[in-house]
Amino acid sequence: MTEWINVILQGVLIGGLYAMFAAGLSLIFGVMRLVNIAHGDLIVLAAYIALLVTQGLGIDPLTSLLLVVPIMALIGYVLQRGLLNFTLGDDLLPPLLVTFGLSIIIQNGLLELFTADSRKLQAGAIEIQTVQLTQGIWLGVLPVIQFIVAVAVIAGLQALFYRTALGRAFRATSDDQPVAQLMGLDTRHVFAMAMALSLAVIAIAGVFLAVRANFDPSIGPARLIFGFEAVIIGGLGSMWGTLAGGIILGVSQAIGAQINPGWQLLAGHIVFLAILGLRPQGLFPKVSG
Amino acid sequence: MTVEHATPSSRVGVVLVAGALIVLALAPFWGARETLRLLAEIFTFVALASLWNLLAGYAGLVSVGQQAFVGFGGYLLFALVMLAGVHPIAAIAIAGPAAALVAVPVALLIFRLRGAYFAIGSWVVAEVFRLLASQISVLGGGSGISLPASIVIAMAPSRQLREFELYWLALALAVLVLGAIVALLRSRHGLALTAVRDNELAAQSTGIDVTQLKFVVYVLVAFGTGMIGAMIFLMKLRISPDTAFNVNDWTAFVIFITVIGGIGRIEGPIIGTIVFFVLRQALADLGSLYLLMMGAVAIVIMLWAPKGLWGLVAERFSWQVLPLQRRLVSAAETG
Amino acid sequence: MPEPLLDVRDIDVFYGDFQALFGVSLRVEAGAVAAVIGANGAGKSTLLKTIAGLIAPRRGEIVFDGAPTGAAAAFAMARRGVALVPEGRRLFPSLTVEENLLIGGQARRPGPWAIERIYELFPMLAERRHLPAPALSGGQQQMAAIARALMANPRLLLCDEISLGLAPIVVRDIYARLPQIVAEGLSLVIVEQDIVQALHAAAHVFCLQEGRVALQGKAAEMTREAISAAYFGV
Repeated sequence: MTEWINVILQGVLIGGLYAMFAAGLSLIFGVMRLVNIAHGDLIVLAAYIALLVTQGLGIDPLTSLLLVVPIMALIGYVLQRGLLNFTLGDDLLPPLLVTFGLSIIIQNGLLELFTADSRKLQAGAIEIQTVQLTQGIWLGVLPVIQFIVAVAVIAGLQALFYRTALGRAFRATSDDQPVAQLMGLDTRHVFAMAMALSLAVIAIAGVFLAVRANFDPSIGPARLIFGFEAVIIGGLGSMWGTLAGGIILGVSQAIGAQINPGWQLLAGHIVFLAILGLRPQGLFPKVSG
Repeated sequence: MTVEHATPSSRVGVVLVAGALIVLALAPFWGARETLRLLAEIFTFVALASLWNLLAGYAGLVSVGQQAFVGFGGYLLFALVMLAGVHPIAAIAIAGPAAALVAVPVALLIFRLRGAYFAIGSWVVAEVFRLLASQISVLGGGSGISLPASIVIAMAPSRQLREFELYWLALALAVLVLGAIVALLRSRHGLALTAVRDNELAAQSTGIDVTQLKFVVYVLVAFGTGMIGAMIFLMKLRISPDTAFNVNDWTAFVIFITVIGGIGRIEGPIIGTIVFFVLRQALADLGSLYLLMMGAVAIVIMLWAPKGLWGLVAERFSWQVLPLQRRLVSAAETG
Repeated sequence: MPEPLLDVRDIDVFYGDFQALFGVSLRVEAGAVAAVIGANGAGKSTLLKTIAGLIAPRRGEIVFDGAPTGAAAAFAMARRGVALVPEGRRLFPSLTVEENLLIGGQARRPGPWAIERIYELFPMLAERRHLPAPALSGGQQQMAAIARALMANPRLLLCDEISLGLAPIVVRDIYARLPQIVAEGLSLVIVEQDIVQALHAAAHVFCLQEGRVALQGKAAEMTREAISAAYFGV
């Protein structure tokens, strides 16, 4: 029995990470109706940047965030301003195909630079520390920290969207782009800020991912899929729904893995497809996509 | 009043195409073994790209999960041939309707998603297929399986004849798929599809049931993709979950081919495949840099020449290789 | 004679291949109120959108506040002091009334209009400040849209069909507030289908007919016959 509780708790904790994958994705979709197929590969890119930073400067992964987050945010701003802004419009093909091309470029670029070798970031003793909740129930300290950070990030995004001028600009631009322009908003800049924010969140997620597990250039698409599934399970338009979606996905995968290690991914996909079939608007939708 | 499809350039085009087909059909007599293999590969890609073009360029369904049906066709062929003793060619024929059947529940699920979310949803489905395939231990599980020598030998008396047989099969299949696509586009439904391609909202307001049309196209494309998939793995003689459901091979390349050649035009995938293979031969040694360049080229084309290479040319000169235009002609003109 | 605040010089405006405006010229002095009238499709909205920078003229130029607008985009024109109240109000549905006003002031231009002053002029907006914009009635939305434009402290306020879809009494209520707005030195260009209201509110009138200026002059001097002729092209 306690074994199952542990399994579920671990699923919940990794769900926080999945929710962070998802948050960046749904932020961009909310503001500019863009789905970034390269999203997962950008998470991996962040991991590799963190690798360079930690190795080059000899600092630990958590400190490296101070550099990795601004670097990724800058990359996001330039990417949007320099490339993706030109794909936005009524036609859905250009942004989809351009971000798909970007995904291939990032994967193969990383492959050329770093080879297919598996890497991992070392965070030291904290990686194996555990805390005991009650008799037989243990939680990893690092997963708990990651979960708390994930919740904080989502809460921060909510606050930003609904209580700041930038958030107002995001929502207005998403509502009605030409009229937002009439307000004096340079929508090119607004979109770029949204992408910078998304990549900042991706940076945090990437570093956490890199500390938690091995990574190599090819694992991007799977992270995109987890983020996407979390968004759909939770429901479009709701950040907290996305957190719930991530948790449900994490728990599904954990239960599947417990039954049969080869079923981990499959269990998550099946729950996703089931939700898609039975309640396509997601569990906690705020707005229709 | 009748509807005429031909244009001056398409008359020339049809003759050229017919000529090319004759030359290609005779390839076993003038081509080396490597040439036949390369041509067969080109045929499968032309077919796959044309099918994807129909799906994305005409019906507006951008799927990045067509590898689901390629792999399904491949695995079905191996299962039928190895476990049920079915003749390979029959197995290819069965793979079509089987894939179509499987596409129905898949479509019912992923049609609930729109736009790019639909794309990722199709990818998830392909992942599910891949994971399920690696659970089938009788077909090699995660590491895959090879076609037994006995079955391979039973296909034809000599190795050379076998190569010829596979080549003609690939050519026939590609011609069949392209022919079906042309026939569809020339039909009433094709007119509806072209309307959807040009402006979905407007098409809907003329009474076209767009959702049903898309559903039918999705299932038909799965039909063709499944057969091609069976063909591909018959030629490869070996299958594994990672090769059967490989995103790069069956989706990335197909998308690049179609984008570079020209989406939404039937000639696009043909031009794109030729360009793709020329590039591949030229850049063969570059490994992952090659894929990187393809990605960059696709981005450049999407931004600066969204109608692809053929689109650039065709719009300038109003060329059409195949008779797909529609003109109302009065009885007096046809006299 | 001082430079006009707005000088539209002989502009041609196209939507793709379709020409909407043919050699349109228009001058508005600082502090003046001008009306642009005309039948549906005459090009009135197009004219306002072009002045606001949403569309670029293919020929001719627009000089605002002494400087040519060039190819300035809408956000740049907004920062320079041109505010457009778009046709159909177009408040941001995801934002509350107050948030709509705040984003109107996003350009942070100096001037007399701040949110407290806006609430004084439009008390019904103050009462509903935290409601989502779509919850307002048509007339309230129109006032909110005008208020939102005022928050930008513009020098030139463009109003596109503010009477559309509203009951006459509501329209009169809205127009009753315009003098207070203009009193601050704001210039106003209103596009109106309601000719009576337009002539009453404006000192100068321009009548567009199929993309051309068919008639212009002082409102007080216009005869009904001249307007009919220009409006309908008879």
